[in-house]
Amino acid sequence: MKDNHIAENEVATKNIKIAARDVQVYYGDTHAIKDVNVEIEDKTVTAFIGPSGCGKSTFLRCINRMNDTIDVCRVVGDILIDGEDIYDRKVDPVQLRAKVGMVFQKPNPFPKSIYDNVAYGPRIHGLARNKAELDDIVERALRRGAIWNEVKDRLDAPGTGLSGGQQQRLCIARAVATEPEVLLMDEPCSALDPIATAQVEELIDELRQNYSVVIVTHSMQQAARVSQKTAFFHLGNLVEFGETDKIFTAPEDPRTESYITGRIG
Amino acid sequence: MYDASLSSGAAPKPRGKSLLVQDARTRKRNAAEKRFRAYGMTAILIGLFFLVVLAVSIIRSGVPAFTQTVVDVEFTLTEEQYTAAEGELFKTKAYEGLLIEQIRDTLEARGLEVAFDAGAIERLLGKPGGTLREHYRANEQDLGSPVSFKLAAASRVDGYLTGRVTREALQDSRFMQASDLDLIDALVSADIITRAFNWNFITGADSGVDNPGGAGIGASVIGSFFMMLVVLALSLPIGVAASIYLEEFAPQNRFTDLIEVNISNLAAVPSIVFGILGLAVFIQFMHLPQSAPLVGGLVLTLMTLPTIIISTRASLKSVPPSIRDAALGVGASKMQAVFHHVLPLAMPGILTGTIIGLAQALGETAPLLLIGMVGFVARGYPDGVLAGFTEPNSAMPAQIYTWAARADASFYEKAWGGIIILLIFLLTMNIIAIILRRRFERRW
Repeated sequence: MKDNHIAENEVATKNIKIAARDVQVYYGDTHAIKDVNVEIEDKTVTAFIGPSGCGKSTFLRCINRMNDTIDVCRVVGDILIDGEDIYDRKVDPVQLRAKVGMVFQKPNPFPKSIYDNVAYGPRIHGLARNKAELDDIVERALRRGAIWNEVKDRLDAPGTGLSGGQQQRLCIARAVATEPEVLLMDEPCSALDPIATAQVEELIDELRQNYSVVIVTHSMQQAARVSQKTAFFHLGNLVEFGETDKIFTAPEDPRTESYITGRIG
Repeated sequence: MYDASLSSGAAPKPRGKSLLVQDARTRKRNAAEKRFRAYGMTAILIGLFFLVVLAVSIIRSGVPAFTQTVVDVEFTLTEEQYTAAEGELFKTKAYEGLLIEQIRDTLEARGLEVAFDAGAIERLLGKPGGTLREHYRANEQDLGSPVSFKLAAASRVDGYLTGRVTREALQDSRFMQASDLDLIDALVSADIITRAFNWNFITGADSGVDNPGGAGIGASVIGSFFMMLVVLALSLPIGVAASIYLEEFAPQNRFTDLIEVNISNLAAVPSIVFGILGLAVFIQFMHLPQSAPLVGGLVLTLMTLPTIIISTRASLKSVPPSIRDAALGVGASKMQAVFHHVLPLAMPGILTGTIIGLAQALGETAPLLLIGMVGFVARGYPDGVLAGFTEPNSAMPAQIYTWAARADASFYEKAWGGIIILLIFLLTMNIIAIILRRRFERRW
């Protein structure tokens, strides 16, 4: 019994998917992220919480180099995925983003059919050799996105015609269609109603079995519900990182405590 | 953070008035709104009024250009007469004499007696003998049976019938004499003079200054067409590529800022500047053929590019960034994101901008005059497609300008008629733009 427990622990500590070391992010002259060190495990949901403007979204966007598209943004320090520095000169951000999928705050399906939305990623990465394979990938992705049953009869309908919650699940399906290893979610439920939120949260929990999920959220209840690990950001600093239960019940840092109890933020 | 202490102060004072009564401030606001609506309506009505005036005057002045006064004579030539006429020294003169006899007989048969000579017929119809001779030499089987000839009347006959030339104002000249008017009256009452649709105006080429009846806009339409081909083929790809690069790929620095400012300024440069540039660079330096639609197209491309670039950039900018994020997020490269997602979404705007640019180019006159595409150059159709680009030709607006500048009042009518044709082309282009927009928008 005791031996088993130790073995489990070892597995948990060995599977570090993403490691950040002394990451600094500058927007022009603004120092947006300061000295962030964090290790994110595989097959877990890690939540980033913190008040608005604390840098949690910025840090999330560093993990798949979406910040590259912003001219004034500069990243210093190392972010390793599976031990490889993603800011290395040799890394092509396009390849990286195929490995690290992203779901955005506002559902942003392409103004194309549901099928084409999901098929786009596999198509540009050449994941399917023929139509049948592509159909397979699309179906699998839509099933994983927990939206297959709702859309299987109207794959040709425009993705923008779905409801907000469906659109967001479609975007999740689109993100998983390229077989990423990490899934980044930037406040995926902030534009959704409570029912759609519940569906997406359930989905996140299922996705944990295959992916390392990192989710930015404003809702502490959501972080508590879906995540196993939680990181609290404040004013660009990573204040505290640990087991979600521990963060919400016995935070070490006074700033974490005051945020969780609603005194700052 | 919400501060509860703020609301604990003085409670809001009740206004003390009924909602059913408008207070002074509300009345003032409502009056201002009403006034503003009235201004807007007035502005639109004024615009509509001018539009109607313009349309009516264009149609009134231009429609006569599409019809022409013709002398419709039924003429029979026997084989003996044919052989006799061909044996004469002045062959066309002989045919003319026969025609005059025929007209005289017709008038007498109707009981109309008018004295006229060959000179009067020539003033009315030009040299009709040639037309008759050509016909019979080409169609000998018509000999002996009646043939109906529609001979185009001189512009002053047109003028007399439309009221432009009056008996009082007429001064005897080699073009027309007072006695000719009697002949015209007689021909009208004998139903020999009629008005017919003037196909030559649509299909023909420009004529000499003293022959407004023979002037047509067809050759210039072809000139404009080849020019527009050049403009479209060059300005659309160059303009769209430049705007995609500037909008999506170019780094933001001083150099690109400079380029942007210059593009905006270029859009405001008067077209005649482009004309003289084209003259200097394309013709004098590069030795491209003068008056050629190719050169005209190149000059108009320079003029159209800023318009296309500005509108393309605006429509690229209006595509929400979330679409770019979405594409990049699933691992598309920058170029894939732009070409697969942004560009199709911007397409309606790009097409509209392009067609507006083309319409502008189609109506441009000044630069064409500088590179020699003046109206009188359009004397015929080009031989073949390649020649269409390189042979001297004119374009519709330059042709209109040339006609309007000519002394003969009939050309004035032609100018208006040309404007109608030009407007038809512009309307067609706008309709195409609307259809394309609808098409592309429906796909999403």
